[in-house]
Amino acid sequence: MTQLDIEPAKTVDARGAACPGPLMDLIGAIRDVDPGDVVVLLSDSDRSLTDVPEWVEEAGNELRAVEEGDDHHEIYVEKV
Amino acid sequence: MTEEIVIIGGGTGGSVLANDLAERLEAEIDAGDVSVTLINDGPDHVYKPVWLYIPFGLREPEDGRRPLRELVDNRIEIRQGRVTEIDTEAKQLTTSERVSPTHYDHLVVATGSTLAPEEVPGLAEGGHDYYSEAGALALRDELLEFTEGHLVLSVIGSPHMCPAAPLEFVFMTDDWFRKRGLREDIEITYTYPINRVHGNPHIAEWAQPLMDERDINTETFFNGEEVDPESQTLTAMEGSEIDYDLLVSIPPHRGVEMIAEAGLGDRGWVEVDKHTLEAEHADDVYALGDAAATGVPKAGSVAHYQAATVGQRLASEVRGQVATAAYDGKTICFIETGMDAASFVEFDYQNPPSPVSPSEKIHWSKLAYNESYWLTARGLI
Repeated sequence: MTQLDIEPAKTVDARGAACPGPLMDLIGAIRDVDPGDVVVLLSDSDRSLTDVPEWVEEAGNELRAVEEGDDHHEIYVEKV
Repeated sequence: MTEEIVIIGGGTGGSVLANDLAERLEAEIDAGDVSVTLINDGPDHVYKPVWLYIPFGLREPEDGRRPLRELVDNRIEIRQGRVTEIDTEAKQLTTSERVSPTHYDHLVVATGSTLAPEEVPGLAEGGHDYYSEAGALALRDELLEFTEGHLVLSVIGSPHMCPAAPLEFVFMTDDWFRKRGLREDIEITYTYPINRVHGNPHIAEWAQPLMDERDINTETFFNGEEVDPESQTLTAMEGSEIDYDLLVSIPPHRGVEMIAEAGLGDRGWVEVDKHTLEAEHADDVYALGDAAATGVPKAGSVAHYQAATVGQRLASEVRGQVATAAYDGKTICFIETGMDAASFVEFDYQNPPSPVSPSEKIHWSKLAYNESYWLTARGLI
């Protein structure tokens, strides 16, 4: 588990998601939260490690932290 | 005491499960030991895949409707009403029509998806859809008269029903306009929220070259945030903007409100164990189909396979046995690639999809399945 000092407003558990994919689930969650809130994405897809940061930059949000794990990754995104 | 099993929702998941239980628990139901009730907010079962064909003038809404009573085994009690509240502690239901039973021993939530275009300002006024009967009919009026201009298909909602349908729609419109000699005067643009044309990378890799070949423009990393119906402009949260003459969107989706109120999950999606389909936040509650947040597509095939898992587990529980059935993520989808060709994918939690080469044979298989779907709803195939 993460030791980070970030309190996410929402957790998106996309582990095992085959379709439409973890990033889609994350974007849906980002729409719902307020600016300043952090959403943490749990994903076991390595593709999320590149997909998510790329979108975060494109959309002008902030990547707060990425915790890579053997079982799954935790990616913290703040809505700007 | 009769053990009460209540299913909320008479779509694919609810109907297939009801018929599955009628067969598995035939002896118990006939002996009065178990009662199975299906509560639906209308008299009909609706088969949504028909809607894709309505805008092209190929199907009518009634082709996708049949009375539930004709499809569901007579051992199943059918009640018409809308469940407005679930008390998972007391195992009580509140319904708009005061239908009985109000108590359950085992509950299955199969309440499906609803559309929420109002979440995107201007979308309800400026956009069309084919994800509802009314939307498909209104789009038909526009599409049949559309002879020139910019048609934009924008996937805005995520997750949404039938992840293949946005691809199908642009492939079909491209082919349909070509066959009618109009394609040169019509520009088609497809927008998608992430950096490829479909959520699943294997399907995206297959679809992108097909779109390039057919001159279908693609805009990725495009999450529609606002529509201006006056200037006919769609703006994305990433800052880009598209002008349209005809906007067709996949609007935001939600489940039903009472699910969040019951503490079962956000936005109307029930948080479940992805294998057992048991609700994470309540005892003796299952969810299946669109209502269950499993990460697999919101598609009829998923609801169908999940119903078999839930049926088997409920039968075990009623008999006091350990429930061992598990859902493996199995999904199958036909994908129309034109007006007379289609592809097919099959995948699960472990095995990714690999779309087969499009053919006329698969297209006819899809249409044949759409006709024989009523046997699925009846629990026969």
